[in-house]
Amino acid sequence: MTMRFVDEYRDADRARQYLRLIARTVTRPWTLMEICGGQTHTFVKSGLDRLLPESLTLVHGPGCPVCVTPLELIDRALAVAARPEVLFTSFGDMLRVPGSATDLLSVKARGGDVRMVYSPLDAVKLAQRHPDRQVVFFAVGFETTAPANAMAVWQADKLGLANFSILCSHVLVPPAMEAILGSPASRVQGFLAAGHVCAVMGFREYEPIAARHRVPIVVTGFEPLDLLQGVYLAVRALEAGRFGVENQYARAVTRDGNLPAQALMREVFEVCDRAWRGIGVIPASGLALRARYAGFDAARRFAVGGITAQESPLCIAGQIMQGLKKPHECSAFGTLCTPEHPLGAPMVSSEGACAAYYHYARTP
Amino acid sequence: MQVEPNAQGMAMGTVSFAGVNKEICLAYVPEAKVGDYVIVHVGFAISIVSEQEAEETFEILRRMGELAELEEGPDGPAGPPPAEPGR
Repeated sequence: MTMRFVDEYRDADRARQYLRLIARTVTRPWTLMEICGGQTHTFVKSGLDRLLPESLTLVHGPGCPVCVTPLELIDRALAVAARPEVLFTSFGDMLRVPGSATDLLSVKARGGDVRMVYSPLDAVKLAQRHPDRQVVFFAVGFETTAPANAMAVWQADKLGLANFSILCSHVLVPPAMEAILGSPASRVQGFLAAGHVCAVMGFREYEPIAARHRVPIVVTGFEPLDLLQGVYLAVRALEAGRFGVENQYARAVTRDGNLPAQALMREVFEVCDRAWRGIGVIPASGLALRARYAGFDAARRFAVGGITAQESPLCIAGQIMQGLKKPHECSAFGTLCTPEHPLGAPMVSSEGACAAYYHYARTP
Repeated sequence: MQVEPNAQGMAMGTVSFAGVNKEICLAYVPEAKVGDYVIVHVGFAISIVSEQEAEETFEILRRMGELAELEEGPDGPAGPPPAEPGR
């Protein structure tokens, strides 16, 4: 079945046309970072990354919610999920992510009630249907997911659901971009910003970043032609010495973004400092429940806030997500670390750069 | 897309994903109408796809692409010029 606004962005002839346009535009080496793990996967799956000019380097950003969720938060989720009164719900990606000792699927195999949901509203429905159970939703994600999780909490509050809570580790993209650009080792000269994050947030907050660091930032969609258009707009700006924000994904993104979604996010969440797995604490880079909704905080309800964890010394996920290294430059890649036996989250997640390189056979 | 009422007073609707129908929350796209294309994330419509913007983006890039091909001449692209290192 054909699908409008999708099929026309996968047209091979047009892709060739844009590849020629990019090849003609690039006259010197440039390094671009695509923020979003979904974009990384489209690049690698379609092979577009290998068809771009050799002097153009793509590095893969931290936009994979599963990948940046700290190990200790996964351990906290495991501690909550193992409790007999808990019905633990999560997006499918988080279930296989290894904690320090086990993962959520193993907790389920040992009798824990762990369920995959499509939407946080499914978790609210489960709480309504099972008033005798404590339903916990693992609320990880970027600005794209935050309005959905805000709505789940808001609904649970309106419904007076005392048996619903969220284990929250929300993260925000712009502070991470600032952290990457501010790192002395950074190679990044331009960004493809994540279209769906910007569908919610708009792109006003990217304008001061582009101006301060003198980089082009192109709001970009997710289909192959979106990515090629995004790359073209970014290298055209770099070649011309221009910086600022451009919007390739204008069919879905406006400068102001989705105002009703932002309003409910602000109602339920407040900005907080947040630890990013492999990167460390980035100031004002996360969302936490406001005091008014603190009763829905699972970390508080189940007293798991004190759990800490130690990362595998072999995993270089942090360097990969800051664009300092590529997945196949890791000594454990494909040997000690595989999707079946992952050392780090980027090898597990469907949005992880290591998993993309592994599945689509990117080796040195 | 079809719009339907919901028990909790939250706007819900049926969205077809290339033929597969799903119940989707429309609270964040209050201006959505039956027949619109929406972008959906974890059960929520977060944006209505603008047909006009989609066509304009393609049109601008199509014109650029044609211009580039005219400059290349009938023999196709000459390939990327050699890269200047270290700039």
